[in-house]
Amino acid sequence: MSAAVKITGLSKSYRHIRVLDRVSFNVEKGELFGLIGPDGAGKSTLYKILATLLTPDSGEARICGLDVVRDYKRLRTHIGYMPERFSLYQDLTVMENLNFFASLFGVTVKENYDLIAPVFSQLEKFPNRMAGALSGGMKQKLALSCALIHRPDILLLDEPTTGVDAVSRSEFWDMLSTLKENGMTIMVSTSYMDEATRCERIAMINNGKILAVDSPTALVENLDENLYNAVGGDMFGLLSRLKTLRGVVDCYTFGATLHLVADKNFSADETVGLLRNSGLPDVRIYPAIGNIEDLFIKEIRNGK
Amino acid sequence: MENNAPVISVKDLTKKFGKFTAVDHISFDVMKGEIFGFLGANGAGKTTAMRMLCGLSIPTSGHGKVAGYDITTRPEDVKRHIGYMSQKFSLYGELSVKENLKLFSSIYGVSNADFKKRSDKLFDELGMNDMHNTLVKDIPVGWKQKLAFASATIHIPEVVFLDEPTGGVDPVTRRKFWELIYKASSEGMTVFVTTHYLDEAEYCNRVSIMVDGHISALGSPTALKNKYGSDTMDEVFRIIAKDATRSD
Repeated sequence: MSAAVKITGLSKSYRHIRVLDRVSFNVEKGELFGLIGPDGAGKSTLYKILATLLTPDSGEARICGLDVVRDYKRLRTHIGYMPERFSLYQDLTVMENLNFFASLFGVTVKENYDLIAPVFSQLEKFPNRMAGALSGGMKQKLALSCALIHRPDILLLDEPTTGVDAVSRSEFWDMLSTLKENGMTIMVSTSYMDEATRCERIAMINNGKILAVDSPTALVENLDENLYNAVGGDMFGLLSRLKTLRGVVDCYTFGATLHLVADKNFSADETVGLLRNSGLPDVRIYPAIGNIEDLFIKEIRNGK
Repeated sequence: MENNAPVISVKDLTKKFGKFTAVDHISFDVMKGEIFGFLGANGAGKTTAMRMLCGLSIPTSGHGKVAGYDITTRPEDVKRHIGYMSQKFSLYGELSVKENLKLFSSIYGVSNADFKKRSDKLFDELGMNDMHNTLVKDIPVGWKQKLAFASATIHIPEVVFLDEPTGGVDPVTRRKFWELIYKASSEGMTVFVTTHYLDEAEYCNRVSIMVDGHISALGSPTALKNKYGSDTMDEVFRIIAKDATRSD
């Protein structure tokens, strides 16, 4: 496989704030690649540079071998960019928007229809509805269709699932998987850690820095933490108790349980005994399997 | 108000826009000090329901009382007795930390003496003593969240409405925010919260899940997980919300 996106030492500052700090990673051709990080991590700035809408202060980025600064005009036909904010024409209809984007790139909707079909099929029912009158989920599908209509080599999707409920999010990821199976290269960003598992590889980003790049499975396997679940009684009461105990490096809520990061002096049995004798009779502590969110919390704790 | 009286009490609350019924006969109570998770698919009617509870939209039919006031006949009193925070708009970036807090305090008519007492205590508790004069646009997201919450509760409302307070926030900050919610609730404040993070549903005392204008499920996370035979609230949500026909 060859790199569809090649980013080397990319930095960008706004006034004194370094938004991107020597970012480097590659996205391979045909890959479904995720950029995972919270708001303000630098995701959108990176997308704008890749979409040739911003220039970096230093470093280099190439898409399909073309430089984002020098070759920006040629590069634009190779990418399909879906920005974070809905940016279609609200007062044009569904078909007018689609035809408009097709004509910008000198293609017709007809010739590339096969590519957008898996996404656009649900919109076919109302071709004459104004884009502004569509539901959130439908707007998202139209925006994706418009980003795809010129048959780009790579899709750049900036937080397409923000503010979307869990069921609709998983439908959107199903669509991305279908596109990927049809050969599309996709780079998608998200602040939802659980979406990492839908990607082949991810880059974790925080405060403008890449923390790690690998497959979600490999990242979790290399988590290298002594991790336990803790349950029993009032969750936040237990949390504040555990935080004060010897051998506990960190403790945080994790859905229905608490995750406890222990050092090598920690004994689960001893801790349970101690807590049971001090008014928490139902406490249980047992080994936990970490995920991407645990890794993210670890990296933040380590000051990255 | 009596200690055991509900802080929010809603019966057959309905809101129609023309022929469209956004909220369709919802009924529930929220008790003092409770953390109540208000979940639902996009377009289920959560925002419309929340606007009615906050006195910003008058119901088409049904009844509701919030903090002791009728939401149909006394919406202005409702507004004065609740707190509201959303992730998107909360603070003024060009004002300092203290100015933001003072602004909200004045809007809610808190006396200068009370403001001094409460803000001193808050800054102490939040560890923000050396940040009074820092402009809000220059403070990190975690501090902004704490300050937004403090601003929404500076008048010590009986209930605070949190509209997706943790959207897009990093996993550490998100968890710290929930510790803040928990503390407020343990001090007797009622918390009404919406979220798309289903792990957060586990931290609520009770959760309701809206689908197509109705409340399709309501109960403690443990009760709901038992009822639907699921290990997580994420699964419960998927089972209930997959039948939704509306989206926003």
